[in-house]
Amino acid sequence: MRRDTLWSWLWIGLGILYFFVPLIATFIFSLKAKLGVLSFVAYVNVFKDPSFVSNFSASLLWAVSTIVVGVLIFVPTAYWVRLRLPAVRPLVEFVTLLPFVVPAIVFVYGLVATFSRPPLPIVNSPLVLIFGYTIMSMPYMYRAVDTGLRAIDVPVLTEAAQSLGAGWPRIMLQVVFPNIRVAVLSGSFLTFAIVMGEYTLAQWLAKPAFGPYMALLGQTRAYEPAACAIISFALTWAAMGIMQFIGRGAPGGAQVAAGH
Amino acid sequence: MTASTATGRDAPGARPAQHRWSWAWLGVMPFFLFILIFLVYPSSTLVVGSFKDTAGHFTFANILGLNNPYILGAYSVSLRISVVTAVGGAIFGFLLAYAATRGGLPSFVRSSMMTFCGVASNFAGIPLAFAFIACLGRTGILTQLLAAAGFDLYSTGFSLYSFWGLSVVYMYFQFPLMVLIIAPAIDGVRREWREAAENLGGHFIDYWRYVALPILTPSILGTTILLFGNAFGAYATAYALTGGVISLVTLRIGDQLAGDVGGLSQGLGYAMALGMLVIMAVSVAGYTWLQRLTERWLK
Repeated sequence: MRRDTLWSWLWIGLGILYFFVPLIATFIFSLKAKLGVLSFVAYVNVFKDPSFVSNFSASLLWAVSTIVVGVLIFVPTAYWVRLRLPAVRPLVEFVTLLPFVVPAIVFVYGLVATFSRPPLPIVNSPLVLIFGYTIMSMPYMYRAVDTGLRAIDVPVLTEAAQSLGAGWPRIMLQVVFPNIRVAVLSGSFLTFAIVMGEYTLAQWLAKPAFGPYMALLGQTRAYEPAACAIISFALTWAAMGIMQFIGRGAPGGAQVAAGH
Repeated sequence: MTASTATGRDAPGARPAQHRWSWAWLGVMPFFLFILIFLVYPSSTLVVGSFKDTAGHFTFANILGLNNPYILGAYSVSLRISVVTAVGGAIFGFLLAYAATRGGLPSFVRSSMMTFCGVASNFAGIPLAFAFIACLGRTGILTQLLAAAGFDLYSTGFSLYSFWGLSVVYMYFQFPLMVLIIAPAIDGVRREWREAAENLGGHFIDYWRYVALPILTPSILGTTILLFGNAFGAYATAYALTGGVISLVTLRIGDQLAGDVGGLSQGLGYAMALGMLVIMAVSVAGYTWLQRLTERWLK
């Protein structure tokens, strides 16, 4: 057993190195903007850049809109499927996996090709980006919501609410939603993490966002991109951390996204 | 059943009502409509476009046109990098997950490992490329440290902006994904089975060969396929790192979007995208099927 433990520590140690060395190196690199001393000059430069502020807040707006649209579409659907259409569940689950089949670059290629001509020439509308993000985050958001619904008895809760005279809006807002709050929040934070650093869709739909801003910065600056990488990492870390914190004890387990 | 569905005018019935199934379908229509317009329709544009010439007539010319060294080269590099990082990520990820779950380590190791992996698998795209440039680029911190220690990394032929460099970067999101998916599967292999195998006189190797591996194989294979697709579709990381120096299918499709088509027709661009869709569909289907085989052990 002792030998086993030694081997285990070795692999874990390697994993920790792979995880932390690039981050520590990036952090040190980001502090070297001023010759000879370590300083936060690169961060100050980034935060003072009006272009950073506008692109970053645009990303915040996309993230929040995506979460709102996602919740509005997926919560009622998942609820209705559990309540009334259990036979449709395999189909819906299949559909929620479809975004995995379409890589971001292929997806945006399709969006641009489709919506830049009649009958729906809406490619310049920010809605295309928001709906695109909603699709990209669907596998995570839908599954989070569905996992939340699995933990409660949907038909019984609905009947109870109905027998007390509640209509649909009240059932959704005051009965279902509070019961899956944790699941919705964890799906939301994952969506937030996906959208905040996303590059491909924002770039090719020509919308301001943190991702394209970083890419542009990378072509002209040396230390500021490293600072942005650290900021971006901190955001991902915060979103995942909050997700784990609010999800303690809740079913669902680890969630992952792939927005590469 | 039918009796209990007698509901009031303003209180909708909660029990499934067979005779009103067509109305129940209306509830999922917004969802399917949304998917149809913003996922199926754009994808079908690419698929249909692959079979059309510039005049809009049906043709196989685009599909046949994929047989061109420029495009095949891009597919070949994409496939190779996906296979290399999927297999590499799967092996390293499995060892890590096994060490964290069954290595006799304190339980905090597993929970922190899962947290780190959740973060790392989501940390990708542009910032990931920047992190590795700051670490292993020509003026990167680690490159300089190694140089100070008398080891010139770039004299060995290594370059961050090459096939192997990109593979090292992809590994950063590949192995954590493996850990996240395979750890629950390893949990499904009961400790009692190992004890049972030992009590029956089975050697460590027998246990792995006849018990653990047969149970875990579908899961390991399935996740490897998932990692393959994960790398195959990656665009932003490769773009930010190499600026298009390495020829990947995703980067070639990006060229099409930029209008820098390198002599390729639009139909050929669509056909390239269709090829990606086909490969991704096969890998997602393979993953789903293998994952289903595993599910019965994961109670």
